[in-house]
Amino acid sequence: MTTLQIPVVTPVDGGGVLSLLWLVIALPLAGAAILLLGGRRTNAWGHLLGTATALGSFLIGLLTFLSLLGRDEGDRSIGQHLFTWIQVGHFDVGMDLLLDPLSALFVLLITGVGSLIHIYSIGYMEHDDRRRRFFGYLNLFIAAMLTLVLAADYLVLFLGWEGVGLASYLLIGFWQHKPTAAAAAKKAFVMNRVGDLGLSLAIMLIFVTFGTTSFAGVSAAAGGASEATLNAIGLLLLLGACGKSAQFPLQAWLLDAMEGPTPVSALIHAATMVTAGVYLITRSNFIYEGAALAQTTVVAIAVITLLWGAIIGCAKDDIKKVLAGSTMSQIGYMMLGAGLGPAGYAFAIFHLLTHGFFKANMFLGAGSVMHAMDDEVDMRHYGALQKAVPITFLTFAMGYLAIIGFPGFAGFWSKDKIIETAFDQNPWIGVAAIIGAGITAFYMTRLMLMTFFTESRWSDDVHPHESPKVMTVPLIVLAALSVLGGFLLLGNWIVDWLSPVVGVAEHHEPAIPALAMTAIVVIVVAAGVALAWFTIGRTQVPREAPQDVSPFTRAARADLYGDAINEGLVIRPVGNLVTGLMAIDHTIIDGAVEGQAAGMGGLAGALRKVQNGFVRSYALSILAGAILVALAMLVVNL
Amino acid sequence: MTVFWILAPIMVLAALCILFVRKAVHAALLLAVVMMSLAMLYASLDAPFLFAVQIIVYTGAILMLFLFVLMLVGVDASDSVVETIRGQRLLATVLGLVFGATLVIGLSQVTWGTVVGLDEANAGGNVPALANLLFSKYIFAFEATSALLITAAVGAMVLAHREKLTPKEKQPEAAARRMREYAETGRHPGPLPAPGVFARHNAVDTPALLPDGSPSQESISRVLAARGTIRSASVDDVDDVQRQLSATESSESSESSDRADEQEDGQ
Amino acid sequence: MSTEPYILLSAILFTIGSVGVLVRRNAIVVFMCIELMLNASNLALVTFAKANGNLDGQIAAFFVMVVAAAEVVVGLAIIMTIFRTRRSASVDDASLLKY
Repeated sequence: MTTLQIPVVTPVDGGGVLSLLWLVIALPLAGAAILLLGGRRTNAWGHLLGTATALGSFLIGLLTFLSLLGRDEGDRSIGQHLFTWIQVGHFDVGMDLLLDPLSALFVLLITGVGSLIHIYSIGYMEHDDRRRRFFGYLNLFIAAMLTLVLAADYLVLFLGWEGVGLASYLLIGFWQHKPTAAAAAKKAFVMNRVGDLGLSLAIMLIFVTFGTTSFAGVSAAAGGASEATLNAIGLLLLLGACGKSAQFPLQAWLLDAMEGPTPVSALIHAATMVTAGVYLITRSNFIYEGAALAQTTVVAIAVITLLWGAIIGCAKDDIKKVLAGSTMSQIGYMMLGAGLGPAGYAFAIFHLLTHGFFKANMFLGAGSVMHAMDDEVDMRHYGALQKAVPITFLTFAMGYLAIIGFPGFAGFWSKDKIIETAFDQNPWIGVAAIIGAGITAFYMTRLMLMTFFTESRWSDDVHPHESPKVMTVPLIVLAALSVLGGFLLLGNWIVDWLSPVVGVAEHHEPAIPALAMTAIVVIVVAAGVALAWFTIGRTQVPREAPQDVSPFTRAARADLYGDAINEGLVIRPVGNLVTGLMAIDHTIIDGAVEGQAAGMGGLAGALRKVQNGFVRSYALSILAGAILVALAMLVVNL
Repeated sequence: MTVFWILAPIMVLAALCILFVRKAVHAALLLAVVMMSLAMLYASLDAPFLFAVQIIVYTGAILMLFLFVLMLVGVDASDSVVETIRGQRLLATVLGLVFGATLVIGLSQVTWGTVVGLDEANAGGNVPALANLLFSKYIFAFEATSALLITAAVGAMVLAHREKLTPKEKQPEAAARRMREYAETGRHPGPLPAPGVFARHNAVDTPALLPDGSPSQESISRVLAARGTIRSASVDDVDDVQRQLSATESSESSESSDRADEQEDGQ
Repeated sequence: MSTEPYILLSAILFTIGSVGVLVRRNAIVVFMCIELMLNASNLALVTFAKANGNLDGQIAAFFVMVVAAAEVVVGLAIIMTIFRTRRSASVDDASLLKY
């Protein structure tokens, strides 16, 4: 590790099509401004404008990506200075954009998947009165997310980071008339604040340590900082990443966030925003390379989260919550990859991309199923839908095969690589990752069986129907990507592509041959599928969830008591602390201040009585004064 | 010094009595005693001019002014020596004693030089000597006092003057007012009963007796009532009157009963 | 003659006058007590004149008398005015200016 060369970010000026980079952000931002400020006048064509800006952004992103492909390997880091944002003394923050192999991939994912989801939303939100506003929020999210990934400075990144937090809040609470949605939005916002606090502290520490917050400056100076400082920065950045990516211990908001419309869950809470944490850690590789403790912590949190999410996914009956648990678990895999250092960064990003495809595909598929079933989300009321919604079923199946890691599909390649690298690093981590893969296979098969197979358990008044073309076309595109995403690994392309950003790992022979490893993973996955088949596919699925279940199931249904843990460890003690502080404030501090005032008031009230209006009383005090003067003179002269 | 030792106890006694007498007139008279004694002390201190001024200005003019005002103001509750402010009398006494003790002790500590005497200063007569000083050394102070006196005179006039805001009520208006009051409030329109008319005495401090023999409160001065110097008509007097009335009943019955009715109304 | 007894008499009269101001309620009597205090000081002034052998003390006493006369005139006029409006000569009645 010590001999490792940490890549330094050195952006160069790009010309030609690359100078259009700012438009990638500006287009959706303008769309959001027009839709949100334009009011009802934009109702008629608002959704079309929103989709058009997203597509435009995607086209420009694609052009810049192709132009980047055409450049030399060492020349692929493009900077663009828009304007000076903050200039105070030696603190100089420019509104700078940075397009390098890492952010270019993200731009493609965000705008590409984002555009598909925009198109899907045209159909999904057709009957919603506030569709125009929904598209405005979606555009706002895209703009903020692109700011996040294109930033060349931690502070600009923070701007986008907060922007996506805001958009996420607005979209989770989009159906604000539902108290659960409003509460979920608030919960997500507050829990994200905790993470954001970590990020902002990290940025402050970065500024104090390096005197700059730009990636270029920090990456150049990172080698000179002490390990303790880097560890502190790394842990704070990790806290930020945990908040945004729903990692343990800040994971509790993601399941509640499913209260938002399904396209939102697909775009923000599966494919893009929640991966911002992985992006942040990958982007900050120059810090983590010198921070062994922070890196170990990343791995530990990743392992906990990937198992945690998977276990929750096994017990949920709400189709979206199963997918949310699975998202949590899959992001855990990405974090695991990111925590493994240069050997894992590329695979983390690879898994992030493939996950973006297949998870968006499955979320949109779930949305399509809900669309067919009159917004029913309980899988116990599904069953035997493969005939009713054939396109949705087929596309969903592609996603399913991808996520469980069926050989040949996208998820197989990406997850396998992470497990392999993890095993190299530490066999125990590898074993945990393999177990996670097995559980993933179990709960995804369970979802598949309960939704599309087994006998139908529909309500009497439900007549499932296939969704319109505007919804199924994005599904088909995403399904295709889920199948073919693995091509990114062809000839180790993605590793080479990302190496200028994340560095190159020393190559050494794994303890267990790659093929054997793959075989083990496939066997474990097959075991998970078989277990699901025997417990669910072969038995009658009750319409109501059985109550006499094992304590493990009950714990998993309660999100492994994540909320209770938060309640007991944080909310209640802090609440008590605040109550105590308030009591102190009210009694001691206010008591002192108000007591002083009351004392003065009382004293004044008492002294006021001296002014009783009687001339003779005043004369008495004059006489007393005269006596004092006389006595004083007497004393002085004696 | 003989004069002093005779007068000093009188003055202190008179001054102390001012504190305790109930009536203001008595206080004024006691003050006159103090002032006259002071005049005599001035004379004994070789100040004949001040002796004259003390008697003429203080005792003659200022004290008389006090007496005039006392008569104008009359008698009221302020003459009472009952204390109304809590603790005032006690504190005043204590502080007064402390003050007196302080002065006496302080003055006792002073070493007084030998008395020079005014024989030299008064060689050409006290009044010319004072005039010499007054019109030379103290001329500005003297002129300032003249301005002060004029200001005080004008001020007193302004303060005591009462502006007439409504036209003076003449006889017709007074008659009309009385009748209106009789009509509205039933107040007796005629003059108040004269004191002593139906009593044995006709002095002003004896109330008139009503036909039923009770004394009429309206027939005596309010000031006399406040001073508590009204003579009560005794039961014998009432009996006398009743006897006289019954003797003359045959000749004056109708007239007197009418008047009695009217007086009842008036009350 | 000696100075001390006169001065002490003056002090005693002054003290009695000051106590009178404090204990009497009738404004006119209060005024009289003030006069008593002024006269007491006059006695001291005249005594000092004799003791020091010049007439300045008598002049001062003369001025005190003049000022006292002016003061009495105005003071009594004020008492009259108050009596007219309040039908009372008590100094305690004029006690509206208070807390």
